[in-house]
Amino acid sequence: MASHEAQIREPLILGDKDYHQVTEDIIQPIAGKANKWWWMAFTASFITMSWGVGCLAYTVGTGIGVWGLNKTVGWAWDITNFVWWIGIGHAGTLISAILLLFRQKWRMSINRSAEAMTIFAVICAALFPVFHMGRVWLAYWVLPLPNQFGSLWVNFNSPLLWDVFAISTYFTVSLVFWYLGLVPDFATVRDKFARMGKPLQQKIYNILSFGWSGNARAWHRFEELCLVLAGLSTPLVLSVHTIVSMDFATSVIPGWHTTIFPPYFVAGAIFSGFAMVLTLMLIARKTLNLEDYITRNHVESMNKIIILTGSIVGVAYLTELFISWYSGVEYEQYAFLNRASGPYWWAYWSMMTCNVITPQLFWIKKIRRSFVATFIISIFVNIGMWFERFVIIVTSLHRDYLPSSWTMFHPTFIDIGIFIGTIGIFFTLFLLFCRAFPVIAMAELKSILKTSGSKYKK
Amino acid sequence: MTKVKKYWKGIEELENTPEFRKSVENEFPEQANVGEFLGNDALADSSTNRRDFLKFLGFGVTAATIAACETPVNKAIPYLNKPEEITPGIANWYASTFADGNDYASILVKTREGRPIKIEGNKLSPVTKGAVNARINSSVLSLYDSGRLKNPLAKKAASTWAEVDKAVIPQLEAIAAKGGKIRILSNSIISPSTKKAIADFSAKYPGTEHVSYDAISNSGILKANQANFGDSIIPNYHFENAEVIVSFGADFLVNWLASVEYAGQYGKTRNPKSGKMSRHFQFETTLSVSGSNADVRVAVKPSEQGLLVLGLYNIIAKAKGAATYDAGVADEYKAKLEEAASELLAAKGSLVVSGSNDSNVQFVVNAINSLLGNYGNTIDTATPVYLKQGDDAKVAALVTEMAGGSVDAVILYGVNPAYTIGASFTSALEKVKLKISFADREDETASLVDYVCPDNHYLESWNDANPKKGQYSLGQPTISPLFSTRQAQESLLKWAGIETSYHDYLKANWQTTVGASWEVSLHDGFYSVPVGSVVEKPTSQPAHQAETEVPATTATDISSAAAAIRKGVTAGAFELQVYVKTGLGDGSQANNPWLQELPDPISKVTWDNYVTMSPKQMAELGLSRLERGDNDASVVELTVNGVTVKAPAFPQPGQKYGTVGLALGYGRTNAGKTADGIGANAYQFVSVENGTANYAAYDVSVKATTETYPIAATQTHHTLMGREAIVKETTLAEYLKDPKSGNAPLLLQTTNHGKQPVKDINLWRDHDLETGHLWGLTIDLNSCIGCGACVTSCTSENNVAVVGKDEVRRSREMHWIRIDRYYSSDMTEEISDEKQMGAIDMFTEMEAASENPTVSFQPLMCQHCNHAPCETVCPVAATTHSLEGLNMMAYNRCIGTRYCANNCPYKVRRFNWFKYSDNEQFDFNMNDDLGKMVLNPDVVVRSRGVMEKCSLCVQQIQAGKLTAKKEGRRIKDGDIQTACASACPTHAITFGDLSDKASLVSQISKDDRSYNLLEDVGTQPNVYYQTKVRNVKESA
Repeated sequence: MASHEAQIREPLILGDKDYHQVTEDIIQPIAGKANKWWWMAFTASFITMSWGVGCLAYTVGTGIGVWGLNKTVGWAWDITNFVWWIGIGHAGTLISAILLLFRQKWRMSINRSAEAMTIFAVICAALFPVFHMGRVWLAYWVLPLPNQFGSLWVNFNSPLLWDVFAISTYFTVSLVFWYLGLVPDFATVRDKFARMGKPLQQKIYNILSFGWSGNARAWHRFEELCLVLAGLSTPLVLSVHTIVSMDFATSVIPGWHTTIFPPYFVAGAIFSGFAMVLTLMLIARKTLNLEDYITRNHVESMNKIIILTGSIVGVAYLTELFISWYSGVEYEQYAFLNRASGPYWWAYWSMMTCNVITPQLFWIKKIRRSFVATFIISIFVNIGMWFERFVIIVTSLHRDYLPSSWTMFHPTFIDIGIFIGTIGIFFTLFLLFCRAFPVIAMAELKSILKTSGSKYKK
Repeated sequence: MTKVKKYWKGIEELENTPEFRKSVENEFPEQANVGEFLGNDALADSSTNRRDFLKFLGFGVTAATIAACETPVNKAIPYLNKPEEITPGIANWYASTFADGNDYASILVKTREGRPIKIEGNKLSPVTKGAVNARINSSVLSLYDSGRLKNPLAKKAASTWAEVDKAVIPQLEAIAAKGGKIRILSNSIISPSTKKAIADFSAKYPGTEHVSYDAISNSGILKANQANFGDSIIPNYHFENAEVIVSFGADFLVNWLASVEYAGQYGKTRNPKSGKMSRHFQFETTLSVSGSNADVRVAVKPSEQGLLVLGLYNIIAKAKGAATYDAGVADEYKAKLEEAASELLAAKGSLVVSGSNDSNVQFVVNAINSLLGNYGNTIDTATPVYLKQGDDAKVAALVTEMAGGSVDAVILYGVNPAYTIGASFTSALEKVKLKISFADREDETASLVDYVCPDNHYLESWNDANPKKGQYSLGQPTISPLFSTRQAQESLLKWAGIETSYHDYLKANWQTTVGASWEVSLHDGFYSVPVGSVVEKPTSQPAHQAETEVPATTATDISSAAAAIRKGVTAGAFELQVYVKTGLGDGSQANNPWLQELPDPISKVTWDNYVTMSPKQMAELGLSRLERGDNDASVVELTVNGVTVKAPAFPQPGQKYGTVGLALGYGRTNAGKTADGIGANAYQFVSVENGTANYAAYDVSVKATTETYPIAATQTHHTLMGREAIVKETTLAEYLKDPKSGNAPLLLQTTNHGKQPVKDINLWRDHDLETGHLWGLTIDLNSCIGCGACVTSCTSENNVAVVGKDEVRRSREMHWIRIDRYYSSDMTEEISDEKQMGAIDMFTEMEAASENPTVSFQPLMCQHCNHAPCETVCPVAATTHSLEGLNMMAYNRCIGTRYCANNCPYKVRRFNWFKYSDNEQFDFNMNDDLGKMVLNPDVVVRSRGVMEKCSLCVQQIQAGKLTAKKEGRRIKDGDIQTACASACPTHAITFGDLSDKASLVSQISKDDRSYNLLEDVGTQPNVYYQTKVRNVKESA
């Protein structure tokens, strides 16, 4: 029977699943009771989130001065965290949009949770540009709203304003795309609850599924719309981080004023996004019993993308160094020498080690296919990418043009608390997502069962 | 028959029903019958019951209350009877005089709605010529110091003036009756009327003696001149006539004698345009403002200063054929001393000064100046300066006398000897039966006396001053006394039994001694006696010569002075130089937060004094050298003669190896909430030797401890890192060859038009710079001495918040103008090329300053770029460009993203990290109603979360434009002054209209020395700097 199948291509789903089995496996966390691991994780995340919210409230109540910023370093952890979270979000969009267009079917096991991760990461990210404002209660002034302040209007020259549009567009499109994919699965969940005789849940999921009937016309429109949204999202994968990078690239600060930033940031974003997807998926496949759905094969595919984007990032780092030397501008040259040898050398070398050296281990097939090694390296990449943003923002600012203003940045407990707090928000939302939403796109996954299994199922 | 039209008022009247007729008859209609209404049983069935009613009532009241919480109601109460001269919104200026026994300046006081809010120099004054220093222009805040006494104190309890007078007068009379001794201990009084009042007091109480005491004493000069001229005088120095200036430890630009005058004189000699510049040699221990401006600075130990003066004398005496004396100058100084001597001998006019308070040293200095022929040229003894009259020997004698118990009463006026003299005075004071102080607060001394009779602040007082011969000035009150205080003179007159007010007394005395028109003098603030006219000598001042004399010295005089200098001292491992800081001076204004937060011009440290040490020596002792932004200093124990203080050690390049420095004015314990407990009291290391106070100690031990102490400095990186484009420099010789020397564009870009300076290449559309005004500043780096007067002036004009030490430590000071101070480094790119060093090593070594560095000062405020990087990045357009070239901040629009500050290459933007007003965390002047009276009503107090920065005093520009418009004329150059430009004693900062081709600022901006800071960034600033020209020789 198997003679016509290519031997080197591994099955995408293991365990000889049939449609029913898939439904049962994926609905299990929703229909069943949460185990104690979930509760422990949720409690920890919730406490962390509350701590972060408390720190945010303290900041709003007292002033941005509770952070470690100063006259020279006007952004530090706030914008570092912002760029980091935004970057993490990119993997979801890439997986759901670009891989959809490229018909990479392996994406189906992970796209749902990767997209959810995008949404939650963007929520975490968006907190920072809002709460880093000195007068957060006036944050709506960045929107081009008709107003009674006279002829006041936003400044379309400002990259921060571009951010507002980029991030809000990104969030909206990602949310719609994600929700659209959930509609048929919600209907499946609804039907499951109907069989279980739970009318309340049935009703809720019925509303969430917009009364999905599953007829051919609905499926047709669903798939068309998915394609259209994928087309819409694809440029966003490139544009959002390009615009975020322009916050820096359009400035005059040595170390920020760099034309390489857009591609470098996009590659870095995908790099960090895949690392975060891996971190989460490796946990999820264990705790949610999804070993059959998220396989070694998936991990390997993602690791290949990590090698690619990690290498692009590495080349970008070296290019920056070369260009700063080649520019002949003393400020530029010093900015990069200072990164490597100045007071923040440890941040630079942490970044270099985590982002350039560790992913290269994935050239070795054994490591690339090892869950444990992948998990460890994905954590390294997450840390490295945080340091990359810290290095770009803080080391460029802390020693810029006039040595008289040179200073150091020291984070406060509040800085740390808010960052940890966003991690809490992220995991709280993710854990709720795991319990309420199908973590794998069942409907899509079922479409590959027949061809991917080693045996044809009845 | 005519038909009269009838009008009716209502249907009822038309119908004329019986009910209507009845109601017309009843003039007062019946009240609604409440009883009937309430008695209606149907009410009980209503769905609205009493509870509902109460609920609605409660809701209504609460809603109204909450609505009322929205905005606090601030009442602006109009004048019932408007004073004639006060128009709300219009500032009144009054000429007055600042004299606190340390500094003197003729000033203008700006008042708004009856409140003095700003102090500027009186440009008409022939003495100070419009110059002030940071201590003088900050003194307006001391007026609103909540630490001041609000009423007299009798035996530490609040009292009234009547009670105090009732208690004091009989006691004084009793003392006088028994022939007892009354002593008035005051600072140097330059007010003739005050001296007369003291004389009148002494006449009433014959046992009275007046002793002058200067905490920062110049007795040595007085004593030396006494020996030379028979008069203890301080001559009038003319630094502007000196081609060569040699200073031995005299910080004459900011602290020594009449420094306010000297700074301006010195500034005149530092303009290379004339082809000449003075040569300035400074031999000193701790790097001072004067030393940092010197062309040649030599670090010496305090014990060597006298020997160096003698050494200089020898070289000059040898050349002039006079007797020489063995000096034993160490070899390391010989070359520099020879260089100084040869230049002194070659110069047409020169001046040698010494900061030493040793009369022997001053005696030799006089001899040097005499040999050089400086008397009559740069030294004018015919116009003595009266600023310092303190006689240390007499003060010491008084303390002994008091300790002996023979003094019956002591009146303390303008002095705080318990703080400045210390325990010996405190214990002696206990022996005095009647102790009276005129202190404005319960300070270290006033807390020990029987009666504190708080003096008015000088801005609440009438007074006169006679800073030097033939020069008089008047001080007038600009506000009624805020508290129940009484001017000290008034108290003295009252106790002397003279009932006239001090105002009348002063006026009468003015008429008899000066004789000039009271009104004109009061208006101008000063009166100078025309040269050649005969004026009756005020009896209260010491005698002086009619013409400048050359000191009459004999070989024996010098020989004994030389012997005394040579006698030397037993030097220990360390020597200590006690020095004066520009901010706090003698410490009398220590409770002034503006002065505490003013960065020291040299160290840039705020809110503290510290032990200055040579960085090399600190490394040897294992002390932290505060590198790379570290701001936790190592604490050392400093011991002199058994007295030990613990203080942080601060690495001070230029400090002589083997010496330490400690500034006066700190370590106050009873000055008020701002000053108490800050720093260490250096006065305890001042000893009296040979009848003069000695501000050095020669046998000092310094012990490292493991403790650390937080230091707050506004600048933590001290070298230029090879960035020559920031402070452009050249030498006088180079400048004379090519005025553009040192000012070539560093970066050229090859374009299709050939090589172009980067600043000329432009991506942006240009603003229209031709039409209308284009406000700009020019800053001459050559005249800027780094004194910081502009910083406090700006603070005062623009309501800049004081943020306190902790925030300064976090690099969050709010000053809109700062003075960057850079030290030279031993490492340069040339040296690194020579040694073939790597760039990383080179930059690491560049971070360290030279052992005895050359120093550059660079005042920095918003550069008002025509292509401002801040303007493009603000998402809400809160910072924009005005049509007049200003970069403007709309605080109301700012949402506080700080993107503008990040993108500012000059880092001049300041963010309101917290609410700095009405906040207990920032308990400075903006947190109490009294302190807030100093705020300039023309400038808004910024709220939390907004960005702020220099506005080029836009309120002054608007006011100037309005005045010109009302007068129907164009604005004249000089009509409008920014706070920094008006405060600059050396006129380094000039403000004006760059589009007015005739304006001074536009001419300076086109000078060959002019450049824009970081012009390669393409910001096109409206602030221009002029290259610093050093008068150094090629060999040096």
